[in-house]
Amino acid sequence: MNRVLPVAALLLLVTLCLTSCGKVSTPGGSATPATSATPVGGTLKVGLNTELTGTIPVVGQSCKNAAEFAIKEVNDAGGLDVGGQKVQVELSVEDNEDKAESAAAVAQKLASGGVLAMIGPNASRNAIPAAEVAESSKMPMISPWSTNPKLTVDARSGQPKQYVFRAAFTDDFQGVVAAKFALGELKTKQPAVLYDVASEYNKGIAEIYKKTIEENGGKIVSFETYTTGDKDFSAQLTKIAKSGADTLFLPNYYSEVPLQVKQARQVGYQGKIFGSDSWGNEELVKLAGKDCEGLYFTTHYAADTATPKAQQFITAYKAAYNSVPDDVAALTYDSFGLLFAAVKTAGQLDREAVRTALAGITNYEGVTGNMQFKGTGDPVKSAVVIQIKDGKFKFFQTAQP
Amino acid sequence: MSFFLQQLLNAMQVGSVYALIALGYTMVYGILTMINFAHGDIFMVSTYLAFAASGLLLAHLGGASPLVIFVCTIVVAVLGTSLLAVLIERAAYKPLRNAPRMSAVITALGIGLLLENSFVAIKGIGPTPRMLPPLIPAGEVHVGGITISSLQLVIIGLALLTMLALDLTVRKTMLGIAMRAISWDHTIVPLMGVPKDRIISLTFALGAAVAAVGGTLYGMAYTIDPYMGIRIGWWAFISAVVGGIGNIRGAMLGGFILGFVEIFTPVVLKSSSYRDMIAFSLLLVLLIFRPTGILGRTVSQKV
Repeated sequence: MNRVLPVAALLLLVTLCLTSCGKVSTPGGSATPATSATPVGGTLKVGLNTELTGTIPVVGQSCKNAAEFAIKEVNDAGGLDVGGQKVQVELSVEDNEDKAESAAAVAQKLASGGVLAMIGPNASRNAIPAAEVAESSKMPMISPWSTNPKLTVDARSGQPKQYVFRAAFTDDFQGVVAAKFALGELKTKQPAVLYDVASEYNKGIAEIYKKTIEENGGKIVSFETYTTGDKDFSAQLTKIAKSGADTLFLPNYYSEVPLQVKQARQVGYQGKIFGSDSWGNEELVKLAGKDCEGLYFTTHYAADTATPKAQQFITAYKAAYNSVPDDVAALTYDSFGLLFAAVKTAGQLDREAVRTALAGITNYEGVTGNMQFKGTGDPVKSAVVIQIKDGKFKFFQTAQP
Repeated sequence: MSFFLQQLLNAMQVGSVYALIALGYTMVYGILTMINFAHGDIFMVSTYLAFAASGLLLAHLGGASPLVIFVCTIVVAVLGTSLLAVLIERAAYKPLRNAPRMSAVITALGIGLLLENSFVAIKGIGPTPRMLPPLIPAGEVHVGGITISSLQLVIIGLALLTMLALDLTVRKTMLGIAMRAISWDHTIVPLMGVPKDRIISLTFALGAAVAAVGGTLYGMAYTIDPYMGIRIGWWAFISAVVGGIGNIRGAMLGGFILGFVEIFTPVVLKSSSYRDMIAFSLLLVLLIFRPTGILGRTVSQKV
């Protein structure tokens, strides 16, 4: 018995070495002499790091659908044009379980697994740790949905990260947009906020909202917090109702918002309620029903006022999955679009060249609007306000900070 | 004052659900001195049974009054959950009755994991959070500055009624007497003609039935998902220990105490992040100074 274990371990080690060596040596023999810097042979491998299980599984599913859709579109057209050659795209989908540590582990796995770039994760709480890995292993990463400013900034130096990009606007931008909307359109005098203090996204946006309101001469009457996974918010909402608030800002995820809206009304809060792009999922309406009627949120795009390019995407996506693409789907599609555009410009399947091409994109027309990168991983783009009417997301107005 | 009363009402609502689940922990411990760590997940299954039943009933009996549908939903959830608990007891715990106690506890944890993950894997359930359709007509009562919703009234009222019924069952009926007798002695009482295995199964069924009432009420107030049983299960377990595990009235008291912890932590400390810390500290302090809980008896063990 004592001898069996070391021998088995040795065998395992040898097998692992052989299989990994095998992977490196085989693609070299295939017919791709044009691109010498190719680390992955004749196919473009893209990794998807997304939240298939955990508290926001619908986000993960939308992201996966849109990713598969984008890849199928390119492959059906014969492949992507890279330096005069048609290259097929291959996707490897990984579940990060909506956990920060798994998101980082998945990023590590993809980085050493030979993908050219990684798309995802979506929630900032997962995207930020994954971005650390992407940056240190020099693998281009595009997060479709993460809006927290910390994603693209190096925590130590305060400089923009080199390999981390996103397709969404940032919380700084959205927090300011939400505050301007509350002061202007909703004419709030006594704003209140309830947010998840344990989640980067919610916390970041709530703080910028508060700061902007105060800079414009307002005062937050109640600034309440809860922790991810809580289901009873009645204690905090009772405080908010008692503070005499006239608007309640809920920059929280779609799975929690219906409970918060319902419980707010239950404890007697009668003011207006609005939120941020994390509301943008049909599940919200399914869960909240009539409770969410007439509420507003700021987001990336509105399916009912989309551009011709967006309309084309919406129609094709609907045909494929029988549902209207939500913002995650649209942003994931745009993330792949940005990546493909960069690969085309680079003309080779090389991480360094693709990174440089991504950073140099001056005008990309995406489904969620025109995007431009100006020296950081954050695109310059605009936001929209949506109102929920008859259980549907309806365009309300375009929003600029 | 009205602020405090409103929060008290919130605490009662949360506390009644904890109390209903804590009863299942305490009854099983009382009769087998075993912690059924799958109980939180059995509670989770009950919410899904209620979800499925209410959905189906609304689709097929749309014309019936919501009250009828509500009662039918509870009945389906209670029967289904009791059956599941008995099946689990027969298949997983009974074969281990003479094994070291730790084996049964670990089996219970395993059953819990099995339930959670199979619910995630089953197509049509998955990890997406869901909510029961509204079965209680919406409405509010305003009394002295506090708002009481119809849902809150139903949750607290029905929970208290269920607890009262259980307390009477255990103290007055033949089943209750048999349960208490078995918990007293496992060797002599069966010789007197008390069917030990059947009484143990019925204890599991009763605990699950009470949890299913809690599950239906919970599903109407909050969202449900396959992993919900973990946290609620822990809190209910702490409730049972705080009140005095093995003691039915203690479990009810413990449930309400934990409800107060849940609501008044964010009120007093400005952040709900401390909730778990306070709940588990309460458990630790109690285990150090009064290991039998608030209402528990001190037991001297013969060596």
